[in-house]
Amino acid sequence: MARVLLKDLNKVFDSNHVVKNVNLEIADREFVVLVGPSGCGKTTTLRMVAGLEDITSGEISIDGTVVNDLAPMDRDIAMVFQNYALYPHMSVYQNMAFGLRMRKFQKPEIDKRVRAAADILGIQALLERRPRQLSGGQRQRVALGRAIVRNPRVFLFDEPLSNLDAALRVQMRVELKRLHDRLETTAIYVTHDQVEAMTLGDRVVVMKDGVIQQQGAPLELYERPANRFVAGFIGSPAMNFIGVTLEWTDSALWARAPGVRVRVPSQKTEALRQHAGKRVTLGVRPEALHVANGAEAAGSVLDATVDVVEPLGAEILLNVRAGESAIVARVDPATRLAPHENVRLAFDPAKVHFFDATSEASL
Amino acid sequence: MIEGARWKKWVWFYMPMGAFIIALLFPFYWMVITTLKPDGELYRPWNHALYSPFWTSNPTLDHVKSLLQDTLFNTWMLNTMVIAFAATFISLFCGVIAGYALARLKFRFAGLLGTAIFITYLVPQTLLFIPLADIIRDYRIGDTPWALILTYPTFLIPFCTWLMMGYFKAIPKELEECARIDGAARWQAMVYIILPIAVPGILSAGIFAFTLSWNEFIYALVFLSSPEQKTVPVGVTSELIRGDVFYWGSLMAGALIGSIPVAIVYSFFVEHYVAGMTGSVKG
Repeated sequence: MARVLLKDLNKVFDSNHVVKNVNLEIADREFVVLVGPSGCGKTTTLRMVAGLEDITSGEISIDGTVVNDLAPMDRDIAMVFQNYALYPHMSVYQNMAFGLRMRKFQKPEIDKRVRAAADILGIQALLERRPRQLSGGQRQRVALGRAIVRNPRVFLFDEPLSNLDAALRVQMRVELKRLHDRLETTAIYVTHDQVEAMTLGDRVVVMKDGVIQQQGAPLELYERPANRFVAGFIGSPAMNFIGVTLEWTDSALWARAPGVRVRVPSQKTEALRQHAGKRVTLGVRPEALHVANGAEAAGSVLDATVDVVEPLGAEILLNVRAGESAIVARVDPATRLAPHENVRLAFDPAKVHFFDATSEASL
Repeated sequence: MIEGARWKKWVWFYMPMGAFIIALLFPFYWMVITTLKPDGELYRPWNHALYSPFWTSNPTLDHVKSLLQDTLFNTWMLNTMVIAFAATFISLFCGVIAGYALARLKFRFAGLLGTAIFITYLVPQTLLFIPLADIIRDYRIGDTPWALILTYPTFLIPFCTWLMMGYFKAIPKELEECARIDGAARWQAMVYIILPIAVPGILSAGIFAFTLSWNEFIYALVFLSSPEQKTVPVGVTSELIRGDVFYWGSLMAGALIGSIPVAIVYSFFVEHYVAGMTGSVKG
């Protein structure tokens, strides 16, 4: 059982304010992912939870105990580092046993736990090897094993998969998820990769410039981004943004830009009413666009010229230009279009987002 | 093409390497040949009909015998050994601890202190021995091994500190952080994780410190006066050069035998030593 609470957390390095008033409540057994571009303060936040970084102001508590002044060893946490941080002069077995040895566990108990962890991770055959004799994926497993033998209250992961190649990363991602389901330990996971964040997290916390932009379940972030940053960060390919002007036509609100016209769905009209006549940013995901088949002619469409066609097999990424905007659409693989052709793309009006042009908040 | 390559290899590789080896080994050859020559050949003038500086037809061990029997050479060897080991141990201990602190602990002026320590290393011994002589006299340790055991660290500690600092900085700090999360106190993380990884660096610093103390001349010359306290470099040069008479045979025998321990230390640790020089820490 471990509930982690971050309250008004701040970190200032010299004159750099890298973590700003972070408030986060992590429930027992929850898998929370901190995600954001590099330098957004996510790793610093994690390191403060680990006790590797002093807290400038605010409070961190684990299970109701404030741990601000506790040494890392007294917080009962385990951390997996990006470069694995395996002790190069020790065998795999000794690496995994080190934490238990330091905590004065009896030899038989150490042996039992190390072998159990090795079983879970499938590294029984590697126990006598040195880290330098292991591949990247094996090192990763040993680093995980070293964390799980201790049976800590909280797991901390600092970009653990970013040193692996793409195929292995996908495989380890699945294994990590399975491992968490099995161990049911509270976990905080830091990554810059939004796919990792979406697939692993029970809850995803998006950070930028030391501030939490939004937190919620993966699909909630995808479907209802709080601002333009989150909208652009979550999802791949990224959401398209088009500068539009809102206008009343025939008692309906329309968003217009050169080559673009979108009828604002009625449930959003109320919220956007006060922005009529002003410029806002329209956001639409590539998967919410499709090639118009004529039925939508009067509805929400954009007229564009095909720029680049990227056939991916299961889908085609269509890079088009509409007026001044470069737009990506994810279309049916049967679509046959060539560069410089004109194309009319239709919107799914329910999946269109609007953002304030200056504050960038969702409208 | 192959002919050309072979020709190039000779000119650019074998010949420079040969020249290098000759330049390096010639002094040792000279020492050996001078040691083995009888006095009659050694002091033959250059225009003598049988003058042969690079070879001897009557090798003899007389010089070695006279070095071992007529001088205190064995005592000098022992003195040098004790002093070099003690000074190296003290310097290495302080250097490792100071290097670790400067590389890892965050405190004010850490960078400045590191530079300051390095600068002290640059102060020439020829300047430093004057004030040090005063201190040695005040503490009444002149003409004892302590005079050198305690003064050699003045230049060895900065050297070891600087070398170890660089080495510690090259060890990823995550290793230590991980150890601390794993339940090790800072000193435990240092003893169990950092020091074992730093062994090649520690050996490099130790070998260098040992060699520097073994060969040190000026402090040993100034701070020691009785023949039975002297170290090899000072003993050999002061006892085997009397006025303007050079006992070349014994001098060279002393130099040759005196360089053997250093050669042994080097070859014994060479593997670790080379690893230390090239930096062997990899994630």
